[in-house]
Amino acid sequence: MKKEITCIGCPMGCRISAVLDENGKIVSLEGYTCNVGKKYAQEEFTVPKRMVTALVRVHGQNRPLSVKTAKPIEKSRIFDCLKQLESCTVILPVHAGDVVVPHVCGTDVDIVATREMY
Amino acid sequence: MRSVDLIIIGGGPAGLAAAISAYESGCRDLLILEREETLGGILKQCIHNGFGLHTFHEELTGPEYAQRYIDKVLQYQIPYQCDTMVIEVTPDRRVTAVSRANGLQQFQAKAVILAMGCRERPRGALAIPGWRCSGIYTAGTAQRFVNLEGILPGKRVVILGSGDIGLIMARRMTFVGAKVLACVELMPYSSGLKRNIVQCLDDYNIPLLFNHTVVDIKGRERLEGVTVAEVDPKTHRPIAGTERDYDCDTLLLSVGLIPENELSRMAGVRLSPATKGAVVDENLETSVPGVFSCGNVLHVHDLVDYVSEEAGQAGKNAAAFLRGEQKETGRTIPVVDGFGVSGAVPQKIHVGGADEAVNVMFRPRGVYRNAKIVVSAGDRELYSRKARILTPGEMVNLKLRPEQLRRIGEAAELAVKVEAS
Repeated sequence: MKKEITCIGCPMGCRISAVLDENGKIVSLEGYTCNVGKKYAQEEFTVPKRMVTALVRVHGQNRPLSVKTAKPIEKSRIFDCLKQLESCTVILPVHAGDVVVPHVCGTDVDIVATREMY
Repeated sequence: MRSVDLIIIGGGPAGLAAAISAYESGCRDLLILEREETLGGILKQCIHNGFGLHTFHEELTGPEYAQRYIDKVLQYQIPYQCDTMVIEVTPDRRVTAVSRANGLQQFQAKAVILAMGCRERPRGALAIPGWRCSGIYTAGTAQRFVNLEGILPGKRVVILGSGDIGLIMARRMTFVGAKVLACVELMPYSSGLKRNIVQCLDDYNIPLLFNHTVVDIKGRERLEGVTVAEVDPKTHRPIAGTERDYDCDTLLLSVGLIPENELSRMAGVRLSPATKGAVVDENLETSVPGVFSCGNVLHVHDLVDYVSEEAGQAGKNAAAFLRGEQKETGRTIPVVDGFGVSGAVPQKIHVGGADEAVNVMFRPRGVYRNAKIVVSAGDRELYSRKARILTPGEMVNLKLRPEQLRRIGEAAELAVKVEAS
């Protein structure tokens, strides 16, 4: 299978393409023009991950609380993660760094608050 | 009237960093005036991550980045007054402010740091025909609604302009359940960061249409749709027959930022037509003695890290000014924009006596590959650096060292230019 991505290492935005075998292993890689690009492509083609920042409801308030994944999660799980957060309501006070949802979607990643709310 | 050594106007990233740095340089009589309810400025609503990579070597969200500086302000017990709007600054540094808590207040400052940030270009600046229906927001306004107020501005969205805030909002709107139909860009390139194009548009299959613009807005009470057309890349005029209608209830504008310099103008500060911010020297001092400018009110940055760094310089220099230590030896020469360079800051520097490096920032005028950035004084080349690519979306930041500055000699000006291959 052939896949293509745009490198985010710098404004060059090189188009990098890869041929993957049936197990998703990279067979060949081309189009990168530096080591940053090569490393990015290797990760991006095997297990692409993203930090997810989101909002959760706050009990008794209209204003939401901003949260993030404590570390990047697999890109394919982003919408599962957002869905779980939709049904979550926090009770104040909350401090930045507090775990709001542990092990989101059964992963080993926690959702933590990114601001103080009283 | 209250007398204060240093007044900092604005409690966003620039104002916070300026205040901290002035304090660390020995200034003890200072005051931050902020018009919002809390400190932090625009970072409060930038809940995405990616801030602080240069400064803290980790990726923080906006609120987390701001908190690092707010904590320092609290730790140093630097006085600040929120909910306070500065309405006038005079050339002799008298600052007038209003607030619910204190009414009208007047301060006589020995030095002032302007750190008011910037505003988004609104619809009125674009001359798009159509009714003034609801559903048209600047991207930053929508960001505030979603991230701070918990309000969804609409469900089917078209974004005009591909500035970073627009890109970030494309992803945010998708996350909160809206459908983003397209991001429409007049130019053949984006002014946003590559990383944002990939992670905010490509990741969610949102099309980015270059050389396109919105030519009509439909709907009388509420937006019902927009018409998008391709433009001629040279004249930017819509090409007849290329129109396409999008059914949408929301149009977000991400079409540029304008430094907010009303107060600077009142203070008699000379402004630069290129940056729309103050004309400053290497100390970030404006044409009015004792008035400094930094952050997005001086020129629009793309990274907050650079705002903090620049504001730190302004704070340090304001503290030196207050001690009467500012060394303004020798003549000043202008820094001029050469080929490919737009809005170099500072616009002038003092020659001689410079024992500190001078930071020069500018925005490339276009996309240049395998280019060279050159700073020269007369026929002498003081600095050069190769760049694989330069784009208007990424500001260039270069440091001229004292030994390079000493080679200016008798030259009448310093020229910054791009040599494209």
